[in-house]
Amino acid sequence: MDLAELYRDVIVDHNRSPRNRGRLPAATHHAEGDNPLCGDRLRLDVEVAGDVIRDLRFEGSGCAISTASASLMSEAVKGRTRAETAELFGAVHRMLTGETAGSTQLGKLAALAGVRSFPARVKCASLCWHTLNAALAGSALPVTTE
Amino acid sequence: MVAVRESPVALDLARIRGDFPVLSRRVNGHPLRYLDNAASAQQPSAVIDAVAEYARGHHANVHRGVHTLSQEATALYEGAREKARRFINAASPAEIVFVRGTTEAINLVAQSYGRPRLGPGDEIVVSHLEHHSNIVPWQLLCEQTGAKLCVVPIDRRGVVDFDAYLARLGPQTRIVALAHVSNALGTVLPIDRFIAAARERGIATVVDGAQAAPHLPVDVQALGSDFYAFSAHKMYGPTGIGVLHARESLLAAMPPWQGGGDMILSVSFGGSTWNHLPHRFEAGTPNIGGAVGLGAAIDYINRIGHERIASHEQDLLDYATARLTGIAGLTLIGTAPAKSSLVSFAVDGIHPHDLGTVLDSRGIAVRTGHHCAMPVMEFFGVPATTRASFALYNTREEIDALHDALLDAIRMLR
Repeated sequence: MDLAELYRDVIVDHNRSPRNRGRLPAATHHAEGDNPLCGDRLRLDVEVAGDVIRDLRFEGSGCAISTASASLMSEAVKGRTRAETAELFGAVHRMLTGETAGSTQLGKLAALAGVRSFPARVKCASLCWHTLNAALAGSALPVTTE
Repeated sequence: MVAVRESPVALDLARIRGDFPVLSRRVNGHPLRYLDNAASAQQPSAVIDAVAEYARGHHANVHRGVHTLSQEATALYEGAREKARRFINAASPAEIVFVRGTTEAINLVAQSYGRPRLGPGDEIVVSHLEHHSNIVPWQLLCEQTGAKLCVVPIDRRGVVDFDAYLARLGPQTRIVALAHVSNALGTVLPIDRFIAAARERGIATVVDGAQAAPHLPVDVQALGSDFYAFSAHKMYGPTGIGVLHARESLLAAMPPWQGGGDMILSVSFGGSTWNHLPHRFEAGTPNIGGAVGLGAAIDYINRIGHERIASHEQDLLDYATARLTGIAGLTLIGTAPAKSSLVSFAVDGIHPHDLGTVLDSRGIAVRTGHHCAMPVMEFFGVPATTRASFALYNTREEIDALHDALLDAIRMLR
């Protein structure tokens, strides 16, 4: 059990100073993620233009893993199409569950690879992605990964 | 720092720790330091062996057969009931109903005592610090009957406001349901005063004793409670078994809440007649091994003595409070003057789950989350807390390890 693998510098940095935090007045889509057992709560505002995610912001409270994951995700999907985002989510999911070691397309998201050794924390890292999916699908129901 | 409390009858900790097999194991390369006792305490060999001995040599169904094993199983099961009766000084074994745990006990009271009696306009009073198991059964009852749930506030220390409680008790109040000890904050209520005030007004009292039974002597006759519930697994016994104590006069007038075998005297298609107390409330084959384990846990506690347990746990509480309040950015949640042996806390900028993961990597087991007390979390404005809760086998050295691991976590994450 290697804590340094979980709390890599990139994770700690994105938890301390989350990117794209806040609300987005121009949002076209939004969704909420809620893991009540952990106390992780997330609100995601997304601005979609045509088929492309132009911008997104998140707010809420959560652990370092869920906050850093949301922050990293917000950087990674900006400017991507829906299809590219779905593909990226697939790659992140495979990495988190240990199905693959990760791939070059993950970029900074690869910092989350250590989560796979902590099965109880996979739900923290994946909450933002499921919430993004719900937002893009126009779902009004809050998402949970518990 | 904390003064060492010299107890004339100090516990032999090495010996006591030797009674609990799990305490010798290692977790993630470190000795296990088990500080999650308010969720579930560990079991001593005496309990584990009693349950195994029952399964090995005496298992059969109770109250049924004329054969030897059935008689032995019945004697063990009813013997455990008698131990439970003495443990809380109930007037009669007829008042001791075996249930799955405190949650089931409260649901039983809500459905069997509350549902036939309550109607629109009636009120049920709880406090703000209740566990979900002492909130949700009453909400269900309110939905079924049109009764209303009223909440007595707590202050910033986590103390239930007694004056507000008195003011809440009105002509429509039918049931008061209170925790004896708060699981999330550790607050010990002066439950005798709360009960007395309700009794004077003819209001039924239900006490959630899950967190009290392992730590305090309980005397239901002295308290005067109508219903008192506790769970074996919080007091060194197995899961899936607990006790509802109910005043016999009330129990006698309550309809069964589950039907089946063992709770009847006779059954025909024209109708059935109910068994005597307490069997009327124990439909189906009960958790016999669990009851045996509870009995053994009671014996274990009695052998050590509540006074010595309380004195040791108070020392741990004082020590932990002093050490943890010395950590910059750490805030204790729950600072009532009368507290059980647990510390719930928040650390600035670090989520409890991250703390929990770091502590687990050091072999330290704590609870992180809302502790099934979401209204308490909301009151203190936190999504979750970290809780270290102590039992008779914990040591100051374990609290030192907790303290040091918290400093490491802060260095790593903040």
